[in-house]
Parts: sequence; C-alpha cells; structure tokens
Amino acid sequence: MTVDLVNFARGPALKAAFIIFFIGVVWRLVNVLLLKHTRDLSEPRRGVAASLLGGLKAIGSRSWPHPEFIPRTGAGEALGYSYHIGLFIVILFFAPHVAFFGSFVGLHWPSLPNSVNTIISVITFTLLLAVLFRRVTHRVLRRLSNFDDYFSWFVVTLVIVTGLMATAHVGGPYPTVLGLHILSFDLLLIWFPLGKLMHAFYLFPTRAIDGYLLTRRGAPS
Amino acid sequence: MPELDSQPTIGALLDRNGVSRRAFMKYCTAMASVLAMPPLAGRAMAEQLRAAHRPSVIYLSFQECTGCLESLTRSFAPSIESLIFNVISLDYDDTLMAAAGHQAEEARDQAMKANYGKYLLVVDGSVPTGEGGVYNCAAGRTALDILTDCARGAAAIVCVGTCSSFGGIPFANPNPTGARPVSDIIGDKPIINVSGCPPIPEVITGTLLQYVTLGRVPELDAHRRPTVFFGNTIHDRCYRRPFYDRGQFAKTFDDEGARSGWCLYELGCKGPTTYNACATVKWNDGVSFPIETGHPCLGCAEPNFWDAGSFYSPIPTPRWGKAGEVRPAEAAELAIGAAAAGAVIGAGSVLLAKHRTQRLQTPGQDSQQDSPKKEV
Repeated sequence: MTVDLVNFARGPALKAAFIIFFIGVVWRLVNVLLLKHTRDLSEPRRGVAASLLGGLKAIGSRSWPHPEFIPRTGAGEALGYSYHIGLFIVILFFAPHVAFFGSFVGLHWPSLPNSVNTIISVITFTLLLAVLFRRVTHRVLRRLSNFDDYFSWFVVTLVIVTGLMATAHVGGPYPTVLGLHILSFDLLLIWFPLGKLMHAFYLFPTRAIDGYLLTRRGAPS
Repeated sequence: MPELDSQPTIGALLDRNGVSRRAFMKYCTAMASVLAMPPLAGRAMAEQLRAAHRPSVIYLSFQECTGCLESLTRSFAPSIESLIFNVISLDYDDTLMAAAGHQAEEARDQAMKANYGKYLLVVDGSVPTGEGGVYNCAAGRTALDILTDCARGAAAIVCVGTCSSFGGIPFANPNPTGARPVSDIIGDKPIINVSGCPPIPEVITGTLLQYVTLGRVPELDAHRRPTVFFGNTIHDRCYRRPFYDRGQFAKTFDDEGARSGWCLYELGCKGPTTYNACATVKWNDGVSFPIETGHPCLGCAEPNFWDAGSFYSPIPTPRWGKAGEVRPAEAAELAIGAAAAGAVIGAGSVLLAKHRTQRLQTPGQDSQQDSPKKEV
C-alpha cells in the first residue's frame, strides 16, 4: 500500500462516488417531488405570501423540541445536534479538508489549528458512540432501527475513525491510512442517497412544506 | 581482479594509507550517528569495518540522467573517495572509471568472475523492456541482458534512485520504452532500494556502508528501503511542522506566509506522504533541503511520483480532471450531468410506477389475469 492507494481513492474512486452521489440524490428528490399529491380543497385561511413565510418559520420552529417534550427528548436532541456540529466543524475547517473542498469550488478559507480539530473529532467520535449506545439500549429506538440506521452510523463513524488514525499516525503508514480515509469518504458519498443520510436533503424542504400547509389552513407553524 | 577474500581488510588499507585510529573512530561515530545507531555503535562499527574485506562493487547505469551518480560524488560522510578507496572496491562504473570500451567490459567480467556470488551490484536507472530492450544498449547488449547477467552472481542489489527502484521518470505514463524497475526483473536476489530523484548522497553511501558493516541487507520497509533512512515522513521531521499544526500556511510563493516560513502544504508539499531523510540528513553537508529553500517537497522518493498530479496541488486534491486534477468547472459539469441522469431515472421510475398502478386499478386489463385471487 502506497501513495497509489491515495491516488486511487482521490481519483477514479472519488469520481465514481461523486457521480453516484449526484445521480442518487436527484433520483430520490425527483421521486418524492413527483409523488401523487392530494389536492387541498379547504378554503385557504391565509394568503400565499403568509403561507410561504409560515413554511420558512417552520424550518426553525421544528428544529427545536417543543417545551413539553424537552424532558423526554432533550438529551437525544442535544446528542444529535452536538455530533452534527462537530462533524461540520471538522469537515469544513481542517486544513486538508479546506484544500479538498476548496479545489471543487475554487475557494480557500482559513482552517483551525490541528489540536482544535483533533479535540473536536475525538468529542464527535465519543458522541457517535453515545448515539449508538442510546439506539441499542432505548427500547423504542431499538425497535424502530434497521440496517439503514446502523450502516449510516457506520459509514459516518468510519470516516471519523480513519481520519483520526491518519492524524495520529496509527494503523499503518500515513499514505495507506490516508487512502483508507478518502476511500471511506467515497463509501459515504455512495451510501448517502441510498440510505437515511438523505435526511440532509429532505429535512428542511419537508418542514417548510408542512409549515406552508399548516399556515394555509390557519394553524400556527 | 583479486578475489574478495584475497583483498586486504579495510583496517589494513587504512593503516597502509596512514589513517589514524582516532580519525577512523571519529568517522565511524559520525556514520553511526547518521545511521541513527546508539552512541556506542560507533566502536562496534569501527571493529567490524576494520576486519571486513572491501566488497567488490559493480555499478551499472541504465535509463537515467546521471543525477544519482552526480549526487553520490557529492557525499561528505563518507566522501566518495573515502568510500571507493577505503570501504568498497569499485570495480566497474562506466562513468567514473578511466577505462573505456572493451577494457571496461573486461574489467567488469573479471570482477564478476573473481567475486562470483559475493559482489554488490549497484543499479542506477530503469530498465527498458519494450521492443526487446533496444532503447538502452551498451557494447551491443541491452540493459535487460546486462542486468540479468550481472545479477546472477551478485550477493545483493542496491538500486540507487527512483528510476531503478520504482521506474521513475522513464516509467511515467505513457512509458514509451516499457521501463521497469529492477525488482520487476530480478526476483531471486536481495534488493535494497535507495529511492530519490536523486537520493541524498549520504543515504547512498550510508546504505553501502551499512551493508558492509552488517555484512547483510539492513532492515527494509515495504518498498525495500532501509528503514534507518526511510523510516519517517519528511513531514514528521520537518522544521515547518509546527506551522502545519497551527494551521498557518503559505498560500502563494511570495505572500506573507511564505516569507514567514509557514507550512507549504497548500502549495502542494508532498512531505506528509513521502518517506525520506531530507529533513534530517539534508543536502550539501547538511546545509539545507528543498522545503528549507521555500519549495514544496515533490515526493520524489515515492513510487509513481511523476504521475501523482501537479507538484503544486495539495495532497487531498481530487484527481480526475483533464489537467490531472479536477477544476471547479469540470466538477460542476460532472455534477450537472449526473444530476440530469438522476432526474431522468427518477422521473422514469415514477412514470413506470404510475403506469403499473394504473394497470392494476383498471378493470378488464391484463392485471386481472395476473391476479388469480380476483378470478377466484
């Protein structure tokens, strides 16, 4: 294993993953958009502009638990938010990631010191373990979970773990581990449209549509 | 050409040349230090070397630029003259030797015959195999033929430079001469790769010295390189590493970061994926190395470094564009193309699903025949 693995991972493997990602995401979005929708025959209580605004408002209001449910769901939501924030920071502000994503868009932005990224990565990994623990120990969550949930967790965690290994120089020569890290990202790109990671694309539009319909019917969004 | 065992020992030669014990000890201690051996290893090395016979060395140059030999002649510790007069018996090197033509070929044949099974074969340059190897001939014989012939009686082969180690520049795409590294051709001899374009002089001489001192092939990495020199990445030993860790990067060759000596990672430095001793042994008697002069590492000691994209693109840069690395416009083109394909597939699958549903819901259609329950 050499830099050849890195070249394969960031070359043909990445290109194939990139194509599968875009085909898959658009395929699934089009599938949802072309679903048969029932016409809303009720008298609109609010105008189109107000309903659209209600839709936008719902994106924010539905992203936070209702006060009544905080004691029951607060811990889970906090876990979810925390590891998502950790992932975003490491993905966007680790120097090699800036170089990677920057090359796609032709821009470069400042990166965070490695020590900060490493600490955040370790915390994020720990949170991902906590999320898994919660899923397998929570009676309801466990019954709701299927292969998709566990595999989605696996591909995300794999990227974090191989990234930490590359940074810490464990598990083999750096080029090998770096190659595995990029390959695990390729795997994530391929799995993204096929599993529940698609929530990244569904989340806000569905909340907005719900908010729009509710406002149209006169209910608070 | 004298046989190896009939040659005087290195100690006898040193005594004959008037080299004092003190000077020799200093030399061995310095070499032990270069080889990252423990402090007391200098004494053991001195004893071992004094008792050893000078091994016969045959140096073959194939498809190369002579940069490796140029590098070797600039070794400071040990110097090339010290090496060839005291440590090894350089019996054939068509670039350095005074003899030429038939005399040179005869010298090589005699050395091979006298030291069969004991001589050290040093190879510089890749071996062209295309068209029967006609791209590189000497004295009417192809490099492939000479290498195969000389390797037969060698105790070990030392590949000097990336060309003989991994194919190097002649091996780069499209490899018109069918260049191959020595390890692709010779499979039954111990091979030590001293890669680099060129390798660091002290790494070449140090490897030869290590072989003579140990009397065997030293510990090698996965690419058959001596771990004592190729055990760490340049990045790990780079004096600019703290800037990398702090996220301080030169963005161009003349910005404030470059003037302040910040990390050259974003300018394409391949130090993190390159194993070599540049950052520790350095060049020109330890004066400097490429990164110290302000230029990113090219990764020349690694296989296929010439085909690994631009020297000036950071390591994680995707590599599937027309220019060897993806451009934003190319990424956008591919994304739009893939998205269009996804839209067609998505719309097609929905239409197909609707058509099937319609067929199932319409009475008197084929669907009824497909459903035995309804018929019953």
